[in-house]
This record gives sequence, C-alpha cells and structure tokens, in this order.
Amino acid sequence: MTRHPKFSFGRLRGIIVKEFTQMRRDRLTFAMMLGIPLIQLTLFGYAINSDPRHLPAAVVLADRGPYGRTLLYAMKNSTYFNFVEQVATEKEAHNLLARGEVQFVINIPQNFTRDLLRGDRPAILVEADASDPVATGNALGSLGNVVNTALQQDLKGSLASLNATDGPVDVQIHALYNPEIVTQYNIVPGLMGVILTMTMIMITGLAITRERERGTMENLLSMPTRPSEVLIGKIVPYIMVGYIQVGVILVAAHFLFHVPMHGSIILLLLVALVFIAANLAMGITFSTIAKNQLQAVQMTFFVFLPSILLSGFMFPFRGMPPWAQVIGEFFPLTHFLRIVRGILLKGNAFNDVILQLWQIALFALIALIIGVKRYRQTLD
Amino acid sequence: MNAESAIDVRGMTKRFGGRTVVDHVDLQVHTGQIYGFLGPNGSGKTTFLRMLCGLLRADDGSGRVLGYDVIAESDAIKREVGYMTQRFSFWEDLSIEENLDFVARMYAVKNRRATVRESIAQLGLAGRKKQLAGELSGGWKQRLALAACLIHKPKLLLLDEPTAGVDPKARRDFWEQIHQLSAEGLTFLITTHYMDEAERCHRLAYISFGKLLADGSVDDVIAQVGLTTWSVSGPDLPHLAEQLRTQPGVQQAVAFGNALHVSSDDATALKQAIAPFQHPPYDWREIPSGLEDAFISLMEGSKDNFTP
Repeated sequence: MTRHPKFSFGRLRGIIVKEFTQMRRDRLTFAMMLGIPLIQLTLFGYAINSDPRHLPAAVVLADRGPYGRTLLYAMKNSTYFNFVEQVATEKEAHNLLARGEVQFVINIPQNFTRDLLRGDRPAILVEADASDPVATGNALGSLGNVVNTALQQDLKGSLASLNATDGPVDVQIHALYNPEIVTQYNIVPGLMGVILTMTMIMITGLAITRERERGTMENLLSMPTRPSEVLIGKIVPYIMVGYIQVGVILVAAHFLFHVPMHGSIILLLLVALVFIAANLAMGITFSTIAKNQLQAVQMTFFVFLPSILLSGFMFPFRGMPPWAQVIGEFFPLTHFLRIVRGILLKGNAFNDVILQLWQIALFALIALIIGVKRYRQTLD
Repeated sequence: MNAESAIDVRGMTKRFGGRTVVDHVDLQVHTGQIYGFLGPNGSGKTTFLRMLCGLLRADDGSGRVLGYDVIAESDAIKREVGYMTQRFSFWEDLSIEENLDFVARMYAVKNRRATVRESIAQLGLAGRKKQLAGELSGGWKQRLALAACLIHKPKLLLLDEPTAGVDPKARRDFWEQIHQLSAEGLTFLITTHYMDEAERCHRLAYISFGKLLADGSVDDVIAQVGLTTWSVSGPDLPHLAEQLRTQPGVQQAVAFGNALHVSSDDATALKQAIAPFQHPPYDWREIPSGLEDAFISLMEGSKDNFTP
C-alpha cells in the first residue's frame, strides 16, 4: 500500500500543457532553445576551419626570369596562398603584414632564375604573421613540398641533376611576431576581449530589467530624469570594472604567460575604453528590450557565442568562409582582437589601429542611440 | 482656469488593450486641500494618479496640474510633484541616507547635503541613516518614502494607498503630518480604502470601474447617494439580516456592533419592506447614513451597472 497519491497521467499532461504554453509565451527562451544548437551546428560544421586556405599574401618579386613565376603559380595552386598585392619594397610589404592586411610576404630575390639554373640552390624568403599560429601552420608546412614539386616538372633532362636531395630551392621561413609559435601569445590577449565582452554586456544587461523587476522603475520614472542620463549613468561605473579586468589580464599575460608587449600600453588602455563602452552600450540596449533579468542574460549569450566563435578568437578568422567573415566584422570583439594582438605582438601604433578602432566606436554610438530610443519614459 | 486649483483636469481616459481603465474622469482639487480618492481595487485609482504625474500617457483628456498642461508638460509637472507609489519603490539595497541623497540629486535640490541631513533629523532616523532601506519595517519604509517624496519641496503630493500595512499609531502620526503640511499650502491627492482616513480628507471622490461616481465633502457624498438607513437591535440579528436581504426594498443589511443597519435609496420601499418586522422584541430607529453605508451602496450599484 502506498501513501503517496497515485501517479496521474492526467495531471502530468496538465503540467506538460502548461509548460508548453508558458514556453510559447516566452518567445526569447523558445528562440534560444532552437537558436543556440542551430548556431553551434552552423558554426562548428561550416564556419570553423583550422586549415584555412586562400590566405592573403604579398609578393616582392625581384627576379625577372620564368622560375620565380612558376613558383608563385604553384603556391597559388596549392590554394593556401592568395596573392593580393605585389609590392616593390620589403618595407611596404612589412607595413601590410603589421596591419594584418596580408598573412604572408613572399620574397623572390634578384637573379633567382639564374642562380637556380647554376645549381646554387637560391633561397626564397617567406615571412609569416605568426601571431595566430593556427592560421599559418598548415600553409607553411606545405610550402617546401609545393615549391620543389613545382620545379621538378620544369627541371628535366639536363637540368634534372638540379633536383638534389634537399631540393633545388632553399625555402626560408620567418615567423614574425611570434617566432616560437606559442599559442598562448595569441590566446591570452584575445581572452581580454572575450572576458570583457561577456561580463560587460551582462552587467549592464541587467541594469534596467532589475529596476523594472524590483518596482523601482516606477519611482525612477516619476522623477525628472532623462533617458540618456539613466543609461549613461548606468554605463560609467562599469567602465572601471572593465579596466580592473584589463589590468588583471595584462598582469597575467606578462608574468604568467610571458606574452611580449611590443606596443604602447597607454594606447591599449585607450582602445580598451572604447571597446568597454561599446559592450556596455550593447548591454544596456538589451536591457531596454528584455522584459526581465533572465531574458537579459539570454540575450547576452545570444551575442556572446557568435562573438567568440566568429571573431577569430577560437579559430583563425581567415579560415572562415566569406559569409562568416562578414558576420564576424560586425562584432566589436573581432576588431578589438586585431588591435590587442597588433599592439602587443606587432608593436602597432595609433596609425595602425585606427582602422579597427573607429568601427568599435561607431558600434558603441549606434548601440547607445538605439538604447536611448528604446528607453520608455512611461510605464505604458 | 482657476488659479486656486492644483489639479483641474477633464475627461481623463486610459485604455489598456480594449479595456477602459479610467473613463472620462473630471477632477478639481484646490490648493492646500487634502483630497481623498476612494474606490475598490482595480477601479483605476492608481492609473489616474500615474496619468497626472506623466507615468502613463492619457488616451484622452485635458487640463492642468499646478498650472502645467497635464499632457504636454509632464516634465515640468514631475519637478513639482511628489509621487509615492503603492508598493515601496525606493532602493532596498541603498541606505536611508543614500536613498534620500539620490532623490535629492535627481531633483537637483539646492543645498543638498543640508536638506538631506534635515530630512533625516525630521524623520528621527539620525542614528540609523546608514541602515539599508530593505531592512526597515513597513511603518518606517512608509515614513522614508514620504520623506523622500518631500525632499524637493513639491507643491502637490500624490499618495497611492500610503498607509496600507501600517499600524494605527503610525497611521495617526502620518495623518497629523499630512494635515500640518496641508496647512502650509501643500495639496494632497490620497487614495485609500479606510473609512476613517476618508473622513479626515477635506473632499472625497469615489471611483469605480474607471468612472467617477460621487465627489464632494463627506456630507455631500452621503447626500449624493441619498440613502435612508434604519438601525435595528434585538435578538438573533444574523437571522433577521438574512430575512431582510430577501426583501425587494432592502439594498443593504449590515451588522454594526449590536445593531443592524438596513438601508436603501428608496425610502418608501424600505419602509414597506421592514414593516412586517417592526414589532417587539425588535427596536427600530431611523438614523443618518454613514460614509461606509454610502460607499457600499456605490460599490453594489456600480457592480449592477457593469456586470451583464
């Protein structure tokens, strides 16, 4: 004999119906439950590629003979390299590398063809932006093979002797910015952006919804305050919180991970200010849209997840298909990552970062404007 | 418009979806008056107050509050009105002092520090100013809320059920303070459910289902309802009440202590209805109707009008 009331399928059904009804009313939760797995599947299935190809490369071609071009053609055919620019001097090429406009610079020296035919085993120099080792690893790994196979086809008959055991060409690789190819050098500065994105959006995301849930919104609205006052007033205190996080990460990067810091820390702090403001503004805009705190948190994750996956933090940006890169360009994190890595690893100066910085600033401005427009001054 | 009117609005209307919550309410409150706003729960009292102070946009209506246009100049109205919400709406995670200071800053009060200090002293909370508002008892929360509403020296106070859940002593203190402030020229519009509080107001309005049903002094309101009331005493009154309620001429039969109040707005019909019971051991007397009789009659009457 049991003391508990008997299990009733009727009651169970009632509960299930109720839960479904509530879920249907709460559209955001519903969207999250459907959306997150969909987003993850899409991202992991299609967008994420740790063997990126068609990486932009610049060429400094000083050789006038046919073999230099043969080499370049073979590299292009390997699909790892996409030659976007031919520059005259190495200095120009270095500028492109520093700004991240190209991933590689291929130097084919003067008299390359002549030296090759003489059997001098001429060198070609490939300089790579190795701040993200994953992005360049496979391309560099394939390089020696690609080069020598290409030449084997041309070097026949009497020239066949040039195909010595170690190849007719000496391929020299310079991994710039991160010569030891340490993954942490790339990850740790990136973490700064990721952590700021996560916490800053969430913290202000809760700001307005909390007032509404606790009933204090009515009081706030009965006072002669302006929307912009309330919103900016809620953003400012958290900028300090953001700076504390930046400080902690920089200290850890230096002392624990020994990440090189080539650029100006002052510049980095300035950029961080804009980035923090952008995330706080986005959070507060969510806050004006969300009906309660739970929704605000859910919206945070809705942005956080694609941010972290499509910004180039987790996977090489250039390994993603074009549509994913286009989406990635919208996130402040994408631009912030480029700047942080640029400043710390490449020693970028203000002129190098401004191209990314204004995009973050624009984002912050637009987010704040939407927030102010959305903020209702009445309880309607 | 009348310069003596703190509130002078006409046709104030608010709809939520298809439901009309406040339906063309006219209200005039003179400067320095304590105006009581009565009505059952959900009758539209809070919505009406919120429209006056710009918290809700009116769908229809016009008029002036403190000389400002009630629709177009809600920002100006907010600066000179103190609004005390029904539920405690100050920040429970801020201290008493921090709450008052915040409010003072929001209204850009001059000599802010001194004003806040004075306000705390008047509250009698100087020793507890660091205490979090969330830790205060209901009575103290209400006093803090009133102090916060007064900190910018408003000309009009809108108080939404300010004494709900407050003990009798604190209620009496509260009303004494209200009368004192009214003597200094402050105008009050106060919603309440308590009859004794209604009788402390200079004027009253009764609202039900969004419609203003009566308006005037206590005597005016009773006269407007036009009730005739008989008091009866004797044995087994509950049984008598049951019998009386079935009579068509009787609208109310309510127990008051050892007597039963029987009333109706039709004096002749009432007289006919009670005639069969007018014999010993019952003792019948005609008495003047009270405010509560009038309000219950209004409540019953409006229900009849609205329920299909």
